[in-house]
Amino acid sequence: MSLVQIETKALTGRKYWRSLNELSGTPAFREWMVNEFPGGAELLDGASRRNVLKLMAASFGLAGLAACRRPEGKIVPLSRGVEDLIPGKSYYYNTVFTQGGSAVGLTVEAHDGRPTKIEGNRNHPQSLGASNGYAQASVLNIYDPDRSAEVLKGGQVSSWAEWDQFASQKFTAGSLGRGAGLRIVSESVVSPSLSEVRKSLLAKYPEAKWVEYEPFSNENAIAGTRLVFGQPLQAHYHYDKADVVLSLDADFLGIDSGSPLSTKKFSKKRRSAKPEDEINRLYVVESQFSVTGAMADHRIRSKASDIDSFASALARELGILSELNVLGSADKVQKILMALVRDLKKNAGKSVVIAGPRQSARVHALALMINQALGNIGTTVTFTQPLASPEAKAFADLVGELNAGSVDTLVVLGSNPVFTAPVSLKFSDALKRAKTVVHLGAEKDETAVLSSWHLPLASYLESWGDARSVDGTVSIQQPLILPLNNGRSALELTAQIAGYKDQKGYEIVRNYWTSQWPAAEQEARFRKALHDGVLAGTAFAEVKVSADPKRVALPAATAKSTQVEVVFVPSWSVYDGRYTNNAWLQEAPDPMTKLVWDNAALISKATADKLKVVDGQILKITVGGQSLEIAAMVQPGQADDSITIAAGFGRKQIGRVGQGTGFNAFEIRVSGDAIQFASDVSNTGKTYQLVTTQEFHSMTEPKLMDAIEPKTRPIVREATVEEYRHHPDFAPHMVHAPDDSIYGWFDYSEGNQWGMTIDLNSCIGCNACIIACQSENNVPVIGKEEVSYGRSMHWIRLDRYYTGDAEDPQAVIQPLSCQQCEAAPCESVCPVAATTHTPEGLNDMTYNRCVGTRYCANNCPYKVRRFNFLNYHKEMVDIEKMVSNPNVSVRMRGVMEKCTYCVQRIQEAKIKAKVEGRRGELLKDGDITTACQQVCAADAIVFGNINDPESRVSQEKKQPRNYALLAEVNTRPRTTYLAKLRNPNPELVEHHG
Amino acid sequence: MADFALNPEMVDKVTPRLVKGNSTYKSVTDDVSRIVETKTPREWWIAFSLSVAVALMMVGMLAYLVAFGIGTWGNNSPVGWAWDITNFVWWIGIGHAGTLISAILFLFRQKWRTSINRAAEAMTLFAVAAAAQYPLFHTGRPWRAIYWLFPVPNTDLNMWQNYRSPLEWDVFAVSTYGTVSLLFWYVGLIPDLATLRDRASGVRAYIYGIFSLGWRGAARHWRHYEMAYMILAGLSTPLVLSVHTIVSFDFAVSILPGWHTTIFPPYFVAGAIFSGFAMVITLMTVARWALKLEHLITIKHLENMCKVILATGMIVGYAYGTEFFIAWYSGNPYELFTFVNRAFGPYWWAYWSMISCNVLVPQIFWFKKCRTSVPIMFIASIFINIGMWFERFVIIATSLHRDYLPGSWGYFKPTMVDICTFIGTMGLFMTLFLLFIRFLPVIAISEVKGVLAQEDQVAKHGHGAHH
Amino acid sequence: MSQQQIHGVAAAFNSPEALLHAAKEVRKQGFSKVEAYTPFPIHGIDDVLGIPPSRLGYFVIVGGLTGTTLALLLQWWTGAGDPNSIPAWTALVPYPLVIGGKPLFAFEPSIPITFELTVLLSAFTTVFGMIGLNKLPRFYHPVFNFKNSPRITDDQFVLVIENTDPKFDAHEATRLFQNLHADAVEMIEE
Repeated sequence: MSLVQIETKALTGRKYWRSLNELSGTPAFREWMVNEFPGGAELLDGASRRNVLKLMAASFGLAGLAACRRPEGKIVPLSRGVEDLIPGKSYYYNTVFTQGGSAVGLTVEAHDGRPTKIEGNRNHPQSLGASNGYAQASVLNIYDPDRSAEVLKGGQVSSWAEWDQFASQKFTAGSLGRGAGLRIVSESVVSPSLSEVRKSLLAKYPEAKWVEYEPFSNENAIAGTRLVFGQPLQAHYHYDKADVVLSLDADFLGIDSGSPLSTKKFSKKRRSAKPEDEINRLYVVESQFSVTGAMADHRIRSKASDIDSFASALARELGILSELNVLGSADKVQKILMALVRDLKKNAGKSVVIAGPRQSARVHALALMINQALGNIGTTVTFTQPLASPEAKAFADLVGELNAGSVDTLVVLGSNPVFTAPVSLKFSDALKRAKTVVHLGAEKDETAVLSSWHLPLASYLESWGDARSVDGTVSIQQPLILPLNNGRSALELTAQIAGYKDQKGYEIVRNYWTSQWPAAEQEARFRKALHDGVLAGTAFAEVKVSADPKRVALPAATAKSTQVEVVFVPSWSVYDGRYTNNAWLQEAPDPMTKLVWDNAALISKATADKLKVVDGQILKITVGGQSLEIAAMVQPGQADDSITIAAGFGRKQIGRVGQGTGFNAFEIRVSGDAIQFASDVSNTGKTYQLVTTQEFHSMTEPKLMDAIEPKTRPIVREATVEEYRHHPDFAPHMVHAPDDSIYGWFDYSEGNQWGMTIDLNSCIGCNACIIACQSENNVPVIGKEEVSYGRSMHWIRLDRYYTGDAEDPQAVIQPLSCQQCEAAPCESVCPVAATTHTPEGLNDMTYNRCVGTRYCANNCPYKVRRFNFLNYHKEMVDIEKMVSNPNVSVRMRGVMEKCTYCVQRIQEAKIKAKVEGRRGELLKDGDITTACQQVCAADAIVFGNINDPESRVSQEKKQPRNYALLAEVNTRPRTTYLAKLRNPNPELVEHHG
Repeated sequence: MADFALNPEMVDKVTPRLVKGNSTYKSVTDDVSRIVETKTPREWWIAFSLSVAVALMMVGMLAYLVAFGIGTWGNNSPVGWAWDITNFVWWIGIGHAGTLISAILFLFRQKWRTSINRAAEAMTLFAVAAAAQYPLFHTGRPWRAIYWLFPVPNTDLNMWQNYRSPLEWDVFAVSTYGTVSLLFWYVGLIPDLATLRDRASGVRAYIYGIFSLGWRGAARHWRHYEMAYMILAGLSTPLVLSVHTIVSFDFAVSILPGWHTTIFPPYFVAGAIFSGFAMVITLMTVARWALKLEHLITIKHLENMCKVILATGMIVGYAYGTEFFIAWYSGNPYELFTFVNRAFGPYWWAYWSMISCNVLVPQIFWFKKCRTSVPIMFIASIFINIGMWFERFVIIATSLHRDYLPGSWGYFKPTMVDICTFIGTMGLFMTLFLLFIRFLPVIAISEVKGVLAQEDQVAKHGHGAHH
Repeated sequence: MSQQQIHGVAAAFNSPEALLHAAKEVRKQGFSKVEAYTPFPIHGIDDVLGIPPSRLGYFVIVGGLTGTTLALLLQWWTGAGDPNSIPAWTALVPYPLVIGGKPLFAFEPSIPITFELTVLLSAFTTVFGMIGLNKLPRFYHPVFNFKNSPRITDDQFVLVIENTDPKFDAHEATRLFQNLHADAVEMIEE
């Protein structure tokens, strides 16, 4: 900190500080602001107060309007709402969230017309009530003050009226003829009504082409099915039926799954109620340490480009391939392979082999053939017709046409190809060849600035639409608020270009569906669709296929390369760059690296030593003539000679939040392939500050302790299934808990007594709970610099520990929020009694009593209390404040805050119960779900009344695995953990001491 | 034989006199009063304006803190307390020597205290004043703290304090300590203020007159006065011990490894006396030279203080050793780790600075040469104060930065605001001290005369034996 | 000057020994209302002048016990009292809260504050008790009329025979002092 920070006043709405001179009025910063963010520059002017007032007035206006906005038309969209709208009461609407071609049904909570909280729609087959971090955070995007708000014509502010006029002569006057010069680029189209409108567009312009482009697609997977079954298919993996799962570079629990479903299914088989229970076994072969890898019972770290040969070897052992075993790796791998083969054979028909999207069609084909050979096809692996899948070739062709100058008008719908396109295509140059480029986007992004027209895109929470999830189920996308920035949806723009019969999103969608139904049922069915959030009976029928592995014509295996490979993955926080301006996601630490506000080149220790580079030093990576300078970070468990880079960072045309975060991986993603080879990797010697929320601590005391006596702290308690059977209560027995008091314990036997269990065996550490909590409890975002001081504000954090070999460790993840200790050490030390206990066993904070001594945080052995070191909330612009949950007070600086078991939800439920005449009765399961519990796809978090012996939480606490963290300190926490289990292959046990 | 008694040099060889030279009652009065009566010397102005400037820096820093919050300091999670409480404990500790000299040495009839107790008590008050800044401002919102930390009947929240909290105990302990020290100091001042009154004229006489309450040295007054002084000494003695005991409870009562230990009270008290005496030496060696009081604040006084430092230094060193032994002997892995981490963790440098300053440096006082050499003891005292600051930093910051769950571990770095605030408190301390030596008798005149009278008798006695 | 206006006869001596010797002589002569004024307490003067020991201690005990009681009351009442037992306007309504699962009031954690308040009130009674018993502040006193009185706080030891003494006789007193080789003798006015 330094005095320059006094300048913050001049900058209202600057919430995320990255550097101090940014906060100050230094000329350098003014210049930067003017160059990078013209809109914000005026905030710095001498007469800033006036501008600020203008901005605020505008925001108030928005807020005011927003408050009275509602989807017009007589619809009954309320899912769990009531007849008339009561101010202050929250309402729930069902809608659907689409990203990268996969759709997940949501139930969105709105307060006074403001969507504030995203929840999964329990009726939706891809959600079943859960959701992921992206969906959770998407609500913040619509209140982003940097979101594109006006129509731009050649970079100059224009208006929709002007556009409509332009469009009418361009598209209706028929100047495009048969559309030979018309090209449209969109994200993968999963919306039936959009496909319908597209049809009519292509009917009007038969020679026009519509190209779907996704930087991260499932193209290879579908190509794989084509190789094996001769037709494109969408595979569905039923982990809930599989005892053995092999992942070939598939992070199916993490970034590679578009929906929480695979986690839901996997965790079903992973859950253990009693020692006798069988749980599944997971083998993972991967280059970077993924959360799936962290769940693995056996993990093989291998270059992504070598996984082909592993798959081939496996196929050969299973008698599918005749080609030689090209697996020349260590005998450890060999040994695991042989054990794996036996394990798969033993579990034929009860196993799943899945290849990741980064792997070639050949590997996908091999995986399918293995499944076929094991008889998994039709049982654990089923198929449906695929949703339209984008093809890299189509996009490459488009670039060809552009360069040939044969494209007159290019329409880009809601994506940012200039940023994400493979560099070798030089898309940004090609783009300039088109006479007219129309860009519909949420941000003034890299594509927008090169377009002749930029049109603001309405978010999925602001516009009507629909979407099909991978299993075919259709959901209606209904808005909760009118477009805050007068944006339009891709659907509406397409309709305009196509001159479709309906122009308004609502009419397009409603008529498209109702027209397929008998007139009598239309109204009722549409209402029901909105109410349930799904259209019954729209799921695809299973496609029964089978192939003879022996007959499959496989492309030749790619030869192993000795070059350093570079693997491109979508970022946990910003995906492909669409969330780069989303502060919740930016600040949510990467599950494995714990990196915030940045990406890095992840490398193994050995590789780092070879390159003579340490954390934070900048590497120069050259791929196909293109090079990128990016900070290196050593990641345990990373494969040697393999660099993983998360894409989406390093955007240039971006709002204030995303400015200068990370490095742009796309600069060296030469082709569409996710795996590339670096011709040169060198250490520039320059350094960069990478900020993590956690160091690479292990639970084992540091080396210097071993001299005295080696100890492993009983924090995450873990055992193999075998050990668990022999010694069911191993976890509680790891320490001696005194559990006594000189005064005798306070009596909590009466009434509701809240408690929680977290099943470490189910938790995959996906971060969704962090963001759900942030959204529910108005947890402030503090920015990279504040995090670097160690002031992270998340009420729930995921502690990641490595165990075993430093180069190739196993990892465990432990969610940690306030444990609600009955003998709370924090309470007794607060001089002003600002934190006290309720009769229901909650450890409460009285925010307006707190004087901020921080003594409670010091005395908390779990260190889960969070202190407002600065006035983090005050830095919000009013439009951003609209995302806040009105039921939770925001905390000013100098106030301590922490998890309260979502006390506002508890109170709401109690009031509800009273209203329903259940006064005095104990609350039952389902009356209350905490935000973290609700979002959890793995159902690892269970909250409830421990005084009710029937409640799930009471049941869970009865498990022998149940243990209280730091029970030896005698804090009597209400949150307890269920010990983690690993299920190693008995043949390989000696490998895991 | 008898001449030997007459010869002051010879007498000093046997029992060094506490008042050197051929001092008379008059000369004592003059020597001490002169300091406040003569025209303010230029050196004083220079020193004073310097101190005020530094003190103003503190005010500025605190204003900045209040405006923006604790985030302007380096504190974080897990290190919720760092320089703030470190400096608080350091300053409070320094204060202890004053009370110890004036109260405990008084009860033990240690006559040598008389020349130094006045200044030492003043030091106590000013140290407490400096210390008080931290508990007040480390909340970032002092207006809240002032109002809510004391049991003021209120109707806003109708809430009361949590009397189980060591921090609340601190509120009572520190404010009581400050008040009682002030009373004690003032009572001691009354006769000397009367002296200044009787020598002064005009407005000065008037002001000194008011504060001396019209003292006239009547035997019936001295009777109550001496009783009061003795009772205050009797009260201050357990009080001074209780204050640092309670300060140490802030840590001992918590459940943190490295904090939760029963050794703290004696360990803290010893440390406090240790640092306090070091500070007295730092100030006195300068003051006696600057104010030409070498014959009143003699080498014997300084040497005695060096002995106290040596003794308390040994206690502190012993405590460091015991901590480590218990950490290992307890078999508590968290406790053990905390201590190993102190010595060999990221803050190893703080730990070893502490050891070398607090345990090694005082050992030089085994040698009379060092005990009686003003420059040596001055430098040593500086080191000891640095060492004691590090002790508090080590206890507070290194215990916090790595406790039970490695997942929550962190590291603390101070900011410029941290540093400037701390330097600023020194400015506050020096400002007050300079004002004190300028306007008040730095030596308890009447007490010194009492000692002088007795020493005269000793001399006379020898003389009388000759008859 | 008449007897009434005279406060007494004052004599200044240059050493404590001289003062003590003089005091003894004066008492021998049967004078009872005699006061000594000295720069520092002279040991033994109390016996010579027949001054009883100070009663300050008793006041302090009372003060201390008050502190103890107040402290315990405060901690018990605010934490464990009955909120309905006192009207709100007093602003003294107790607020019992469960803290760390500990009892609402316990003796052990109450010790530090009890101790501190005991000491605080004791100290106050000591100081103000002393000032009160000495009937200070008193900015005028006849002894200040004695020309040597400024040296009382410096290097002189003054003995005063007051005229309230039944045997008081200014001339006899003066002579007596002169015989005792007083540095200065003077009749001082009321």
